[in-house]
Amino acid sequence: MKSSVITFPGSNCDRDMDVALKKFGFKNKMVWHNDVELPKSDLVVLPGGFSYGDYLRCGSMASKSKIMKSVINFANSGGMVMGICNGFQILVETGLVPGVLLRNKYLEFICKNVFVKIKNKQNTYFKNIDNEVLEFHIAHNEGNYFCTKDQLKEIEDNEQVAINYCNKDGKTEEQFNPNGSIENIAGIFNKEKNILGMMPHPERMIDSSLSGEDGSLFFNNLINNLK
Amino acid sequence: MIVNEQVAIDHGLKKDEYAKICELLKRTPNITELGIFSAMWNEHCSYKSSRLHLKKLPTKGKQVIQGPGENAGVVDIGDNDAIVFKIESHNHPSFIEPYQGAATGVGGIMRDVFTMGARPIANLNSIHFGSPQHKKTKNLLRGVVHGIGGYGNCMGVPTIAGQTNFDSSYNGNILVNAMTLGLVKKDKIFYSKAAGLNKPVIYVGSKTGRDGIHGASMASASFDEKIEEKKPTVQVGDPFTEKLLLEACLELMAGDSIIAIQDMGAAGLTSSSIEMASKGNLGIEINLNKVPCREAKMTPYEIMLSESQERMLIVLESGKEEQAKKIFDKWNLDFAVIGKTTKSKKIELFFDNEQVADIPVNTLVENSPMYDRKWKKVKLPKKNKIKKENLKNLKITDVLKKILANPNVCSKEWIWQQYDHTVMGDTIQKPGGDSGVVRVHGTNKAVAASVDSSAVYCWAHPLTGGKQVVCESFRNLISVGAKPVAITNCLNFGSPENEENMGEFVECVQGIGEAAKYLKFPVVSGNVSFYNQTKDEGIKPTPSIGGVGLIKDYKKMITMDFKEIDNIVLVIGKTEGHIDQSLFARNILDEKNGPPPEINLFNEKNNGETLLKLIDDGHIKSAHDVSIGGIITAVSKMCIKGNKGINLKKPKYLINEIEYFFAEDQGRYVIEVKKDNLKKVTDVLNKNAVHFDELGTINEDQLFINDKTKVSIDELRTSNTNWLTNYMSK
Repeated sequence: MKSSVITFPGSNCDRDMDVALKKFGFKNKMVWHNDVELPKSDLVVLPGGFSYGDYLRCGSMASKSKIMKSVINFANSGGMVMGICNGFQILVETGLVPGVLLRNKYLEFICKNVFVKIKNKQNTYFKNIDNEVLEFHIAHNEGNYFCTKDQLKEIEDNEQVAINYCNKDGKTEEQFNPNGSIENIAGIFNKEKNILGMMPHPERMIDSSLSGEDGSLFFNNLINNLK
Repeated sequence: MIVNEQVAIDHGLKKDEYAKICELLKRTPNITELGIFSAMWNEHCSYKSSRLHLKKLPTKGKQVIQGPGENAGVVDIGDNDAIVFKIESHNHPSFIEPYQGAATGVGGIMRDVFTMGARPIANLNSIHFGSPQHKKTKNLLRGVVHGIGGYGNCMGVPTIAGQTNFDSSYNGNILVNAMTLGLVKKDKIFYSKAAGLNKPVIYVGSKTGRDGIHGASMASASFDEKIEEKKPTVQVGDPFTEKLLLEACLELMAGDSIIAIQDMGAAGLTSSSIEMASKGNLGIEINLNKVPCREAKMTPYEIMLSESQERMLIVLESGKEEQAKKIFDKWNLDFAVIGKTTKSKKIELFFDNEQVADIPVNTLVENSPMYDRKWKKVKLPKKNKIKKENLKNLKITDVLKKILANPNVCSKEWIWQQYDHTVMGDTIQKPGGDSGVVRVHGTNKAVAASVDSSAVYCWAHPLTGGKQVVCESFRNLISVGAKPVAITNCLNFGSPENEENMGEFVECVQGIGEAAKYLKFPVVSGNVSFYNQTKDEGIKPTPSIGGVGLIKDYKKMITMDFKEIDNIVLVIGKTEGHIDQSLFARNILDEKNGPPPEINLFNEKNNGETLLKLIDDGHIKSAHDVSIGGIITAVSKMCIKGNKGINLKKPKYLINEIEYFFAEDQGRYVIEVKKDNLKKVTDVLNKNAVHFDELGTINEDQLFINDKTKVSIDELRTSNTNWLTNYMSK
């Protein structure tokens, strides 16, 4: 399986994602934001970081960079595109997934392990995962997902919610919401479910010596589903 | 502007220093030259009060590749890998403008590390604030934490450990010390020594603005009531540009076109160009019209003294300019050839086709002032006689809960959760333990780092305090299973012109030196911050020690959380019941006098090395050094982290329970071993003449003391975790 990770100026989880993808069997290529053409890929990843310093609005300038035209075409033709953290913010700015990401409710950067409940398994990302709840890791300042009532209804009608913040037993109550996201949303799909944007970093959970191993589970499952 | 003695004094120079400048130049300097002298001769850049004493520190060792004198120290960790590290203060600016002050402190120290060719792999910090009740403390704390996070998080470098203290002596002068570790191949280390004639001098990075002018001079003076007016001397950081600069520099460094490289930190273009010239015994000629400027009509004076951030100066091999420029273009950074190396051994500056400065380099560096300041020796205070009946009425669990909730003991999770501590995917021990630990990417090795200070001990007796901080750093590394390699120090003191403060400095440095020498734990880098003083009131002497250690097989790393019910808990090292200057004495008994606990370097080394061997042999399940709050505080933290309880038994000693559990004797560790391994462990301890006491057995969720008193771990956790969150949310 071939994957591509886009590096924007200010990306800082690009290497971590490269390490993770390779560990689970992807042949990964790093793609520079100023390139025009996307290499042949089964998966494109927009990594975490502070693209363009998060100036103007997180993800806003990156969404207009050269390579994004190809990424958008690729996504619109059904290609698998995953945006993690800043990558999610970029996806939102392109309009490939609905909604916006606001500053965290308590106005502070948060770096910690969280639990997420898988809301929809009818897609290439989460199909065949036995667990209902995964332990992931978040590290962000602007992860407070928000959308209008109409948008929320549409998202729910189309089953576009991917994961919700919860406790270890899968309870998705407000107290387990780290950043104020509407309906505890931690990740969403486009209508067709080939595009996934999420705040948690599965690439930081790929080794028992790190924060945990549910990222390994996620990537192993993903590559098997893609095969 | 006409330069005279008064203008020189306004620049922070002393009368005799100005006279010396005129004598060295054999004429009156012009304003640009005076600015350059004031920047190079201030305390912050010249170390004029400290140089004499810093020379006494041990700086060499088997693993030391580079000691003090470069941008950062470098140690060998085997397999052609080396760690570059340094700690630096950004105290004065952080008090004036906490967010930018702290942020640029972090940015500056990272630049010092990647200037040497190393990719930063971990950040740490030691921050000190005034009393929690002081009206400024909360905002300063919030601003500093946001600033540290704002810069480090954006750079994508994990902040893996740190230390936060509160004490009223910092009410008017907070401390922000930032430390960075970088990883480099031994044969790809870059230095700041210029070489060769007519080599192009290149400016890269951000444009030069009017921010931070006289920053280094501001940091070389005490504060007074006009401190708010000094805001313009604080630099403004842009971590995004620094991230680009990091990547661009490392890309350029992969080739072989760089002769010398130096970041523009304190005193900006002035100190970077002069240091490169001085080390290479060369001259440098700069055309200031070529310097990329952010604002129009900047004068030579402003350009030379600006402390705008995210800039580097490079001496390049001739003919490599185009190739280098391509890299900086790719990263959207300025790149300008601004001058060349010369044989004149002078700094020659030109602006609008006129020469605006012409100064021999040696007058700025070798001939800079050095003072043997007067200092007063501090006597060891007499011991307090603590009345035993005062202790009788105390309920041990109440005291414990109070101590766990003390601002200097409580959990700092509110702080470190705001720092990205997991980016780069190699953090195997997060903040909140004895040391932060990161793997050396792609290898089985890991590097541990910790930062410590003990201002209370240093204040009570600087010599003992100085030794203690080094020992504490040593212990924190050993507690995670790392072999201590070397240290970096950040020496925060009051005014050197005050004999008492100078005495504290001299004796702390002596203590640091003695301990570092005995423990073979050399000092490879550091900085001095004097004038942490508002009017006549200085801070408690606060040397911060950043220790670095190596774990050869990261799977052998130890954490402090208790692991398994029924395991046995021991304390290594002898408990004599030293209560003076303990957290217990100061905060529960309100007794602020007396000597700090004594340091026995033999025991320190022997206990530490023996424990390290036990860890290496796989006999230790968890470990934690005993520091402020004594044995019971250490044990409680291990319980809280591991979500386990313990049946504590006080061994039969002459001292009472309170003294045994809250004393702050040194050289001690709490360790957890399996029952089956107990004999093996105690045999090794006995064989090495290491004193130990058996403390008890791990249970499910309660802390029992001698079977009588009990308290639930949940209750202790609440005491420990709530204070800071509540304080910050009020």
